[in-house]
Amino acid sequence: MLYREAGQFKSTYAADSAMLPIRQDRIGLALILLIAFVVIPLTASPYLFSAILIPCLILALAALGLNILTGYAGQLSLGTAAFMAVGAFASYNFVLRIPGIPLLLAFAGGGVMAAAVGIVFGLPSLRIRGFYLAVATLAAQFFIIWFLTKVGWVTNYNSSGVITAQPMVIAGIAFDSPQEKYLLVLSIVTLLALAAKNMTRANIGRQWMAIRDMDVAAEVIGIRLVRAKLLAFAVSSFYCGVAGALYAYAYLGTVEPEAYSLDLSFRILFMIIIGGVGTILGAFLGSAFIVIIPILLTIVVRFLDETLHLSVASSVASNVELMVFGGLIIFFLIVEPHGLARIWQITKEKLRLWPFPH
Amino acid sequence: MIQFVFEVFIGGLLSGVMYSLVALGFVLIYKASGVFNFAQGSLVFFAALTFVGLTEHGLSFPVALAVTLVVMIVLGLLIERLVLRPLVNQPQISLFMATIGLSFFIEGLAQLLWGANVRGLELGIQDEPIKWLSDTAGINVSKFDLVAAGIAAVLVAGLGLFFSRTRIGRALRAVADDHQAALAVGIPLQQIWGIVWAVAGFVALVAGMLWGARNGVQFALTFVALKALPVLILGGFESIPGAIVGGLIIGATEKLAEVFLGPHVGGGIEGWFPYVLALLFLLVRPEGLFGEKIIRRI
Repeated sequence: MLYREAGQFKSTYAADSAMLPIRQDRIGLALILLIAFVVIPLTASPYLFSAILIPCLILALAALGLNILTGYAGQLSLGTAAFMAVGAFASYNFVLRIPGIPLLLAFAGGGVMAAAVGIVFGLPSLRIRGFYLAVATLAAQFFIIWFLTKVGWVTNYNSSGVITAQPMVIAGIAFDSPQEKYLLVLSIVTLLALAAKNMTRANIGRQWMAIRDMDVAAEVIGIRLVRAKLLAFAVSSFYCGVAGALYAYAYLGTVEPEAYSLDLSFRILFMIIIGGVGTILGAFLGSAFIVIIPILLTIVVRFLDETLHLSVASSVASNVELMVFGGLIIFFLIVEPHGLARIWQITKEKLRLWPFPH
Repeated sequence: MIQFVFEVFIGGLLSGVMYSLVALGFVLIYKASGVFNFAQGSLVFFAALTFVGLTEHGLSFPVALAVTLVVMIVLGLLIERLVLRPLVNQPQISLFMATIGLSFFIEGLAQLLWGANVRGLELGIQDEPIKWLSDTAGINVSKFDLVAAGIAAVLVAGLGLFFSRTRIGRALRAVADDHQAALAVGIPLQQIWGIVWAVAGFVALVAGMLWGARNGVQFALTFVALKALPVLILGGFESIPGAIVGGLIIGATEKLAEVFLGPHVGGGIEGWFPYVLALLFLLVRPEGLFGEKIIRRI
C-alpha cells in the first residue's frame, strides 16, 4: 500500500530518467542519509564507530570499486588490496613530500595513482580472459606489495615498515575523534557511491555491461573494447585507491604493506559476491555482512564462555570462526546466488503488490 | 660457475615437479566440471595433517596412509555432494567463490581436528645430495627431490593411462568436453564428478605427503596452491601435460631468477616472479601453452 508508484506521472524526460524515479525511494534514501549523517553521529558509541561503522564504509567503497570492474565490466580481479595499498602509500607520500597539500587532494591523488597502476595491470585484460585474468591480477597483488616493502623511498626509509599516518586536518579542522572520522569517511563514500550509481546508469556503464555479457558482440556493435576495459580498470582502481587511503588514515592510523594482503582482496571479493554482483547496494550490504560476522562470532564465544562456563580455547574459537565463515559463504551462494541485494529487490517487488500475492 | 648454474637449474626443475603435483589437482577438477577449485591447497594441507595426526596416534605408516586415503576420498565425495551439486548451473565465478569458502572451512576443520603445531613428516628418504653425482660431475642434486619427481612421474603416467584407457576415464573426458552431450549419451554426470573429486583428493594426499616431508606440515602448506596457480595459467587450465611442462618452466626460471636476479633487486622475488613470467607467456598465448584454443562466436 505504502510502496506503490501509481499516480506518479512524469512530464519531462529528465524526470523519467532520474536516478530514483519512485517518490518512496527518494524519501527512503533521504531518511537513510539523515540517519547516517545526523542520528548516528549523535547516538553511537566510539566503539561502534571505530570497530564497525568506519571499516564497513571504507571496505564498502573498495567493494564498490571491485564491483565496477567485476560486476559491471565482468573482469574478475584478485588484486583489490594491492590497489588500495597504492592509494594509501601515494597519499602518504603526497602529504609527506608536498608541504601544505590539502588532505582531500592527497586522497584524490592516491586514487589517481592507483588508477594509473590499475591501467598498467589492466593491459593484459585486452588479451586474457576469465580465470586466466584472475590469476594474472594476482601478479599485481604480489608484485605491488613486494615493491612497497622493498623500495625504501615509498616508505620514507622507515626501518620498521609500519608508518604512522599523518593526522587528518582539512581546512584547519582536525579529524581525530572517531565521530569526526566517521563523518569524513561517510561524506566521501556517499559522494563516490552517488557517482558510481550514475556512472553505471550512463553510457559508459552500459558499455561495461555489454562487455561483461559478451565482449565479441559488444565490439561488433561499436563499443571500443580497449577504451572501455581500461576505463573500468582505472575507475575501479581509483575507488580502491581512495578506499585504501581512508583505510590507512581513518581506520588503521598506520600505513603498512602488510595490511593490504591477499586476504583483504578475498574479503572484498566475498563482499560483492554476498552483497550481489553488479549492484551498488550490494557493496554496502556485503561489506556490513563481512565486517559484522567475525564480531558476532566473538560475541557468541564470549557468551559461551561467561554465561555457560564453557571455556573455549582461543585456538579452537579462531578455527571455528574460519569454518563458520567459510560455511556461511557456501550457504549464501547456494541459497541466494545473486546476493543480498537480490533479496532486497524481491522484498520491494512483494511490497509493491502487497496485500495481494500476485 | 657453469656447474652452479646447472645445479640451480636441476634443483628448479625438480621443485617445479612438486608444483605440478598440486597443479594437477586443479586441472583434474577444472577439466571435468569447469570449477576452478581454489581449495586444492587446503586439501593438500588437510591430507598431510591427517596423515601426521594419525601416525601420532600410533598408527603404522601403511595403515595411516590407507586411512588418510579413505578420508580424502570421502571428503572429495562430500564436497561434490554438499557444495558443488547444489550450485550446478551457477556462473563460474560463484563456483570459484564457493571453493574459496570451502578452503576456509577445510583449513579451520583441519586445525580444529589436529591442532596447529608445526610437525615433521618422515618418509624415510634423506634430503641429501646424491653422492656419485656430486663426486663425478660436481653437481648437488637432492635425493629427495629426485624421488619426489619420480613419484610425480608415476602419478602422471597413471592418470594418463586412467584417462585414456579405462571406461571411467573416457567418460571423464566426455564430460570435460561437453556436459550436455555427455548427459545425452547416458553418462551419469554426478557420479563422474564424484569420482573426479575423489581423485583430486588422492592427488592432494600425494602432494601433501611430499610437500609435508619437504617443508614440515604447517599452515604454510596451503600457500602451495598459490605456487601452483602460475603453473596452471602457464600450462593451460585443461591440460595435464601443461601442468607438468608449466611446473618445469616455472620451477627452473624461478630458482634461476631467485639466485641470479634476486640479489640485485633486494630478494624475495619468488612470490611474484612466477606470476609475472606466466603473465608474459599469456600475452603471447592467452590460453596458456596447452590450453584449448577458444573460438568465440556471436
